Amino acid sequence: MTATTHPSRRDEAWRYSDIDAVTAAWPLPAPESIVVPAGGEFRRAIVQDAGAIHQIEMSIGKGATAALHILNIGGAYGRIELAVTLHEGADFTLGAVQIGGGDQNLEIVTTVTHAEPGAKSRQIVRSVLGGTATGTYLGKVAVARDAQQTDSEQDVKAMLLGRSATANAKPELEIFADDVKCAHGCAIGELDAMSLYYLQSRGLPPAEAKKILLQAFVAGVFDGAEDEARLQALALAKLGELV
Amino acid sequence: MLKIENLHATVADKPILKGLSLAINAGEIHAIMGPNGAGKSTLSYVLGGRPGYEVTEGSVMFAPNVIPGESRGSDGALELGPDFRRGTGTTETLDLLALDPHERAAAGLFLGFQYPVEIPGVSNVQFLRESLNAQRKARGQEPLSGGDFLKLAREKAGLLKLDMDMLKRPVNVGFSGGEKKRNEMVQMGILDPKLAILDETDSGLDIDALRVVGDGINTIMRRPDKAVLLITHYQRLLDYVQPDFVHVLAAGRIVKSGGPELALELEREGYAEIAA
Ligand SMILES: Nc1ncnc2c1ncn2[C@@H]1O[C@H](COP(=O)(O)OP(=O)(O)O)[C@@H](O)[C@H]1O
Ligand SMILES: [Mg+2]
Repeated sequence: MTATTHPSRRDEAWRYSDIDAVTAAWPLPAPESIVVPAGGEFRRAIVQDAGAIHQIEMSIGKGATAALHILNIGGAYGRIELAVTLHEGADFTLGAVQIGGGDQNLEIVTTVTHAEPGAKSRQIVRSVLGGTATGTYLGKVAVARDAQQTDSEQDVKAMLLGRSATANAKPELEIFADDVKCAHGCAIGELDAMSLYYLQSRGLPPAEAKKILLQAFVAGVFDGAEDEARLQALALAKLGELV
Repeated sequence: MLKIENLHATVADKPILKGLSLAINAGEIHAIMGPNGAGKSTLSYVLGGRPGYEVTEGSVMFAPNVIPGESRGSDGALELGPDFRRGTGTTETLDLLALDPHERAAAGLFLGFQYPVEIPGVSNVQFLRESLNAQRKARGQEPLSGGDFLKLAREKAGLLKLDMDMLKRPVNVGFSGGEKKRNEMVQMGILDPKLAILDETDSGLDIDALRVVGDGINTIMRRPDKAVLLITHYQRLLDYVQPDFVHVLAAGRIVKSGGPELALELEREGYAEIAA
């Protein structure tokens, strides 16, 4: 994350990136640093709506809780990169939605390190992609040797609205402890034709029917988020542009 | 109300309907019976405009407001407005096959699905309210307020003895077979169509639910300005919703038509005899 020469496609974490945009933005400012003290509680909502590369390094102290909610929707290239370290018994939640149309390239890249025992991380990521847009999730969960009783989950789904859109999803585990629970699920699909027809048969125009199904697809990600209503409204408006 | 002439349709390039003709007037209830695979569901999907069901020949004209013996539709007439798409049709008569599925719904067509679809994450009442208001908008009517809509939904749920809580749940998710069929009828009650095509609405119903659904169909649809096409495999629903006409569909065509007695005859003698 702190490389001095700008990355190329050969770098795993930048494999699907818009390298021209990255080069233009190089050198990147130092990552934002967030330290959640032991026993602390942290919540933050991030809306990426202008085409930026946003890097965050976060350390979650013993027994602390942190929740990040991300809506990645804007600009030709929007990247959110997280490096999260969990200390003993810490709890991390990521709820992210990326919605892209046209030829947008949006990505969320995470490294979640369980450095100490008994921490919990849960990542839920939903991407909706239309046009020739690309949406990427690269998520590494690293569990240190003595981080027993780690509980981690990656729940990643993408919905493609057309044949020309692309979704990349790569959850990755690097586990050095033996008593861990690491779940990951990954699915890329398209809107269910029968559901769409059922809704239209009741009188909903195609765009409205699609919007309702997409709203259901991203529903729940922002539950309990800081600024939940705003995130939901912005997501819905962006979905409306896509259908 | 509905005039189907020489309808041919294919699914995945396979001819299923092969010259089907049928005329239904306002005030009438028609039943279509026939063996499995005859093309009954295909007919309902073709009329409902489901993608993949391709019409290769024939026509379907839909006149939601035409009532025999009356010069113009009664009080309940659907005002479709001058901007409503009519295909090659006229003011009174729509070229049904030229309309998209949602336009057919706004014109007063309702399709009761043989297998109602489960849609996780989408609440019944939310989608129904949006559907009803989309129909009203297409017809140039004002939307129904949230309060008025809930009142309407509660009334129809009561009629079909479906718990209002179920209506707030995601569409058909976790519903039993019978609850799904009752939910279809609640939707029909709320949307208040002119023509309902009900595909095996009786399957999956126990005897009590059958009576409730039968009463519901009669209450909602048995009116001089409405019509029903009941697709069914068995005689038993017809004990509750008495048809004026019964047709036998076999190998993609109507092979025999008659009055209610034809259903009893079919029950007694089986399709093979009649369709032969
Ligand atoms: N999606 C489909 N793809 C291919 N064949 C189909 C499809 N749907 C129906 N069929 C075929 O069409 C014929 C009629 O089916 P259907 O209309 O469902 O009959 P029914 O409702 O009278 O039992 C059957 O032979 C069936 O196999
Ligand atoms: Mg069938």
